[in-house]
Amino acid sequence: MAIFIWSAMGWYPLEGHWFPERVVANSSIDHLFYVILALTGIVFVGTGLLMFWFLWKYDGKHHEGPVFYSHGSHYLEVLWSVIPAILLLFLAIYQMDAWAGARMRRPMLENGQPKPPIARVTGRQFEWKIQYPGADQKLDTADDIYLVNELHVPRDEEIVLEITAEDVLHSFFLPNFREKQDVVPGMKQYVWFKPVKDGKFDIVCAELCGWGHYKMKGQITVESRSDYDAWLKKAYDDQELSEFTLAEAE
Amino acid sequence: MSSITADGQATHSHSSHEFGLGEFISTYVFSRDHKVIGIQFLFSTLLWFLIGGLLALGIRWQLAWPWSDMPVIGPMLFSAEGGQISPEFYTMLFTMHATVMTFLVIIPILAGAFGNYLIPLMIGADDMAFPTLNMLSYWIMWPAFFFFGASFFVAGNGASSGWTSYPPLSTMTESAPGSGPAQTMWLLGLTCVGISSMMGSVNYMTTIIQMRAPGMTMMRLPMTIWGMFITALLQAFALPVLTAAGFMQLMDRTVGTGFFAPEGLVVNNSAMAAGGGQPLLWQHLFWFYSHPAVYIMILPAMGMVSEILCCFARKPLFGYKPMIYAICGIAGLGFIVWGHHMFVSGMNPGLGMTFMVATMMIALPSAVKTFNWLGTIYGGKIQFTTPMLFALAFVSMFVLGGLSGIFMAATPVDVFIHDTYFIVAHFHYVLFGGTAMAVFGAIYFWFPKMFGRMMNEPLGKLHFLLTFIFLNGTFFTMHILGAAGFPRRLADPYHYETFRPLLPMNQFMTICAILMVASQIFFILNFFYSIFFGPKAGRNPWRANGLEWQAPSPPGHGNFDFQPIVYRGPYEYGTPGASDDFCPQTQPPQEGEAGTTGAH
Repeated sequence: MAIFIWSAMGWYPLEGHWFPERVVANSSIDHLFYVILALTGIVFVGTGLLMFWFLWKYDGKHHEGPVFYSHGSHYLEVLWSVIPAILLLFLAIYQMDAWAGARMRRPMLENGQPKPPIARVTGRQFEWKIQYPGADQKLDTADDIYLVNELHVPRDEEIVLEITAEDVLHSFFLPNFREKQDVVPGMKQYVWFKPVKDGKFDIVCAELCGWGHYKMKGQITVESRSDYDAWLKKAYDDQELSEFTLAEAE
Repeated sequence: MSSITADGQATHSHSSHEFGLGEFISTYVFSRDHKVIGIQFLFSTLLWFLIGGLLALGIRWQLAWPWSDMPVIGPMLFSAEGGQISPEFYTMLFTMHATVMTFLVIIPILAGAFGNYLIPLMIGADDMAFPTLNMLSYWIMWPAFFFFGASFFVAGNGASSGWTSYPPLSTMTESAPGSGPAQTMWLLGLTCVGISSMMGSVNYMTTIIQMRAPGMTMMRLPMTIWGMFITALLQAFALPVLTAAGFMQLMDRTVGTGFFAPEGLVVNNSAMAAGGGQPLLWQHLFWFYSHPAVYIMILPAMGMVSEILCCFARKPLFGYKPMIYAICGIAGLGFIVWGHHMFVSGMNPGLGMTFMVATMMIALPSAVKTFNWLGTIYGGKIQFTTPMLFALAFVSMFVLGGLSGIFMAATPVDVFIHDTYFIVAHFHYVLFGGTAMAVFGAIYFWFPKMFGRMMNEPLGKLHFLLTFIFLNGTFFTMHILGAAGFPRRLADPYHYETFRPLLPMNQFMTICAILMVASQIFFILNFFYSIFFGPKAGRNPWRANGLEWQAPSPPGHGNFDFQPIVYRGPYEYGTPGASDDFCPQTQPPQEGEAGTTGAH
């Protein structure tokens, strides 16, 4: 089977067939994935080899003599319960810190307050509405900036986003940022990450939200602080010059 | 009442008089005989298996050649779109593929077909405890078949909010095509399946507890029966939750309650009236059943595989009691791990840690079972028959599927791979590589008992080999897609730049999937040919130990032509000092024979 799989994989260039490029500072998800891959890989190959060896050795066609008559072994049962238990417990404890970092330790300001979100992302069939707080740093005020499917964030800073939905469930998925969170109508949630590389990346909807689910695509742009500030100012000016009123934009 | 008499072996004194239409109907259609009901379930579920497989090919076609005409049936089905699969139809395809496979194939084939057929035979009873209830449990499936089948044809072309049917998408009739009447049909179908399972579960529990033959203690039950018993318990405790939740969703859809809809929803630019609910509530209720259901879909398969492995390794099951404890452990833990489906749902992240630890621990009894299976084949005299090949495939595929589950249990990793093809790979390995392999093995194994004839071995091996190769070609590749972040349920993933390089791999998978479905032709041919023309099988063609092999093939009404009395455990193969390499459970202990009292 392994030969088959490797030959199957060899038919196509492997670019794009593994993790998408990571653009955030935190590598704990990738690291954990590889730790688990190594452990489970050893177990899989080990049990597979053992099984094939038994099948070859104890093939009834050439295995002479009586079978190994046994109803089990208490010693072995304990052994193969305790070793996996230790491994699994190790894995469980080993990844708790990464989980806390991803979901429980929201970035704080120096004054001990939680860092405010840089923008609010609202999912709706089938687009991402983006709302920046504007100059006063407060959401839902007159100077807010409204955009659709276009999110910009400054590089090398802890970014906090407020995410929500207004109709059905969506999921805010940034493959390159190793970030995914369902957005739930009626709930306000926060995600955070620290991008370290410039570029434009996909925002994917990963929770089925209706027939147009596949095209609910946004784009996140990581750029330097100065470029970001310039872009935000331009977005604000464009909005002010636009002939649409706020009510229409909603 | 008359009965199917077999080879004149049944000594039940039924005169072979001509029977009329009424008697035909009561014997073969509205039968209360567990064997007929089991075979009815088997035929129905195999038919739906084919339908579910064809639906999967529709999904694969779209992912390999998006927006291109589907050959042959495309122009017939979607003449309006010029033969292309529309995104609406695509969402229906994966919703109904999963629904059909879960609720109309895997659960009823294990519990309905094999549970019904095997339980009384393997415990030495003449029928189920409640034969009429048993008959109803099959016939209540027909409304379910009707509702699921009809939902393809009502406005909106089949339910399309995913088999998990997450609200608000599923409760708002305005939200999407397919969330119209089809979704209501889906809920009604689900309710019927639930009622059927509940009837079965009550019946199985009572039968196993009350109707065992003399000497058949709980610790002499075959593993299949243990699997079915624990499955029945799981259904009895978990299913009412889903049925209640289904009713709540039905109310949300039809009379405008708001169990699952929060305040202030705006859909298609109109505000929704109902509010005060919580979308996550459905997910908790749904997974509280559907996670244990994952074990409902594997425990009986594990039992049947244990049976087959022992028989063709000619050895006792290694660690009979630990195997039972492992099943109980899986079932017990199965109730407290549902939250691992919800790590990125918005549920309290603190709960995520708890569910993560519990989920990790569920790998433990699974590991115990795997090692015991390896212990079972160690030192045996292995016969590579078709059922054995399928059982061995089950073990290796289950190991792969189980190990990939650890990735999902680890909460931070789940953040990345949740709702990607990694998950799809995982559960296809467990459910197709695992359960479906066990089901094929079980069909080849018990076919002689069911129909009194043998299946063709070379054809069976060909079927095995092709299925095994193409199953891995299809599903292993999904892991690699998943690692690339490739999401499930996208009609056109190539809409995103990130996923564009994955197109050739999808085409490879689709070719494998088509060949995998095509390989089933060998099974279908073999199955139907052997029913009529296969070589006649005696009572015990595999030289197996279970009570069912002491009955005639096929067993007549009332199953046994003698009163079975059980003297030993179910897996007494290769007993030193015994006259043969197997000792049926009904064989009294012989002189000079080791370990006569049964399982250790």
